[in-house]
Amino acid sequence: MKKLIYVFLLSLFYSPAHATLNVFACEPEWAALTQELVGDKVNIYSATSALQDPHRIEARPSLIAKARRANLVVCTGAELEVAWLPVVLRESGNTSTQVGSNGYFEVADFVKMLEVPTRLDRGDGDVHAQGNPHIQTDPRNFLPIALALSQRLAQLDSSNAAYYQQRLTTFNLQWRAAITKWETQAAPLKDVSIVVQHKGFPYLNAWLGLKEVATLEPKPGMEPSAAHLSQVLNTLQKQPAKMVLRAAYQNARPSEWIAERAHINAVELAYTVGGSDKTKDLYGLFDDTIARLLAGVK
Amino acid sequence: MFKEISTSAAIAALLFQSASSFAANTGSIDNAFNPAFSLILSGTYGSVQRDPAIPATGFAMNPNPGHEQGFNLGESEMGISANIDPEYRGVATLALDPAGGISVENAFVQTTALGDGLNLKFGRFFSGLGYLNEQHAHAWDFVDQPLVYAVLWENQLAEDGLQLKWLAPTDMFVELGGEMGRGRGFPGTDTVRNGNSAGVLFAHIGDDIGIEHNWRVGVSAHQTRRVDAESIDVPDLAGNAVTNLFTGDSQTTGLDFVWKYAANGNVKNSYVKLQGEYFRRKETGDLTYDTALANVTDTFSNTQSGFYLQSVYQFVPRWRIGARYDHLDPGVAQIGASNAGNVISDYAFKPSRTSVMLDYSPSEFSRLRMQVANDQSRQGLKDNQFFVQYIMSLGAHGAHSY
Repeated sequence: MKKLIYVFLLSLFYSPAHATLNVFACEPEWAALTQELVGDKVNIYSATSALQDPHRIEARPSLIAKARRANLVVCTGAELEVAWLPVVLRESGNTSTQVGSNGYFEVADFVKMLEVPTRLDRGDGDVHAQGNPHIQTDPRNFLPIALALSQRLAQLDSSNAAYYQQRLTTFNLQWRAAITKWETQAAPLKDVSIVVQHKGFPYLNAWLGLKEVATLEPKPGMEPSAAHLSQVLNTLQKQPAKMVLRAAYQNARPSEWIAERAHINAVELAYTVGGSDKTKDLYGLFDDTIARLLAGVK
Repeated sequence: MFKEISTSAAIAALLFQSASSFAANTGSIDNAFNPAFSLILSGTYGSVQRDPAIPATGFAMNPNPGHEQGFNLGESEMGISANIDPEYRGVATLALDPAGGISVENAFVQTTALGDGLNLKFGRFFSGLGYLNEQHAHAWDFVDQPLVYAVLWENQLAEDGLQLKWLAPTDMFVELGGEMGRGRGFPGTDTVRNGNSAGVLFAHIGDDIGIEHNWRVGVSAHQTRRVDAESIDVPDLAGNAVTNLFTGDSQTTGLDFVWKYAANGNVKNSYVKLQGEYFRRKETGDLTYDTALANVTDTFSNTQSGFYLQSVYQFVPRWRIGARYDHLDPGVAQIGASNAGNVISDYAFKPSRTSVMLDYSPSEFSRLRMQVANDQSRQGLKDNQFFVQYIMSLGAHGAHSY
């Protein structure tokens, strides 16, 4: 054991100054975006997967160990990770990634937040003071984020700054082209009425013009109850919807219950990279999202 | 006492004021509040068949696990935390005693700028030994602590002192820590003297196995010098209840593990948690038997131990069931010749308890729990216990440790 401790101590003092950056991404979409911006120049670790509810992650020992060696932490922010990230960062004993330092990058700072509550009251459920944190469902949000993230990477790893700039230019071009393609494909989705399981899609709705008529969760973060589901069913008789949306990590039962009774389609969206077989990267994520929505509207 | 209460109340009032004056300052990761302010409201209803004042057999010189009967407020808890400046963070947890008054549960400062995996904490804090010791009551999976924690640590060891932890820069979680303190919590005797009265060393390792499993195991050691530790109502060989005094060394070692499983790693829907801890305490010194009458002092040495094993299963969102088995061994004491006819050396009984709980959490901030226990911790006094508990948290959304 003693020998092991000496090895650790030595590795502390003899770590080379220009080692490869370690990026700790809170969610898979930010790991994927970082991947687009850095190629193979950086080690990327995603703290969560698409099948996990990002609100409800535990501050596991493995996360603390990964955060210990991170040079850059990339997280959604807006309190999405409030239940676990503060513990992970504190326990990591890593000063370079604490909130407010250069090694801490909060994505929500760079996009226009929707559903910012006018009052803060837990009686309204698990609301986030800075707005709805599920910003990754609108691809247009990735452009300002990519710019800021690329600048931050260049700042931390100046030896690769030119390379990061070049990757950013390529990403911007390809991403803008892809957005145009998705918007053309998604034209039939405009003004389509939908039901959502969790209030997780305001950015998607804003982008594609989907009309949200009901939510299966009575309040954000509260599990759908039988009483509330029958209320939603009543609403749907007056205001019919085409489909009910849920994220891959969410329990399928409430949306399948409502889909069966209201005779609408239950659509599971990947929600982030890795949420379905076809979502290996960010492009795949939106290809798959549009395809599933189009199938749902039929 | 009065002075203590009024000072605490003044501090609380001050903190309330600062909490509201900063309420508009959003952008902090803690919450809209800076400092982050939270309040835990909890209470229990308890029904037991035996007098809760009776200690576990063989553990009359230890704290009594005891339970409150009927309706009672339990411990409401106020928490305030914030960064003090770029180098320090402060945390205070004040327990509101149902009978009135405030006690300081935790009040510590921790460094945020040491780096290299180092974390230094000073003030009053829950010791990092074991797994459960650092968890606050509102995070417990059962109404009460395991018997081994109740009798060996008076539920939780809170120390006044300092703690240094170091996290290794490895892929696997490897954490080493040490603490020095005044020996405030049991088995310490809070002796007023210069220097260090109690010490703790611990090591934790942990990791994920794939995306669905994760675990942590730990070892810990605690030592303190007990001075004139008084125990009242200790049974003796003649069947009388006497008051004894013990002075000597107390050394405890512990092992702990926790393993968690969730399908796809998604703890929101369902998960299983299995955990267990074992502690063994050796005490060596002098025991004064019956300070009121006989007042005989001779050598005394004993090894007490105990473990618990528990599992909690969230079978659907919001609902969890759990089972726990507790076991204690009071040990066979080595007693000096002059007390051999006075002090009981072998109780020939091993206390145990089985508990089952069911809890329901309408949201992340509220929990209702029912628990039944078959308590056989007192020889010949089987006790069927029943509890109902609520735990509600309001204010800042605190992050939970593993």
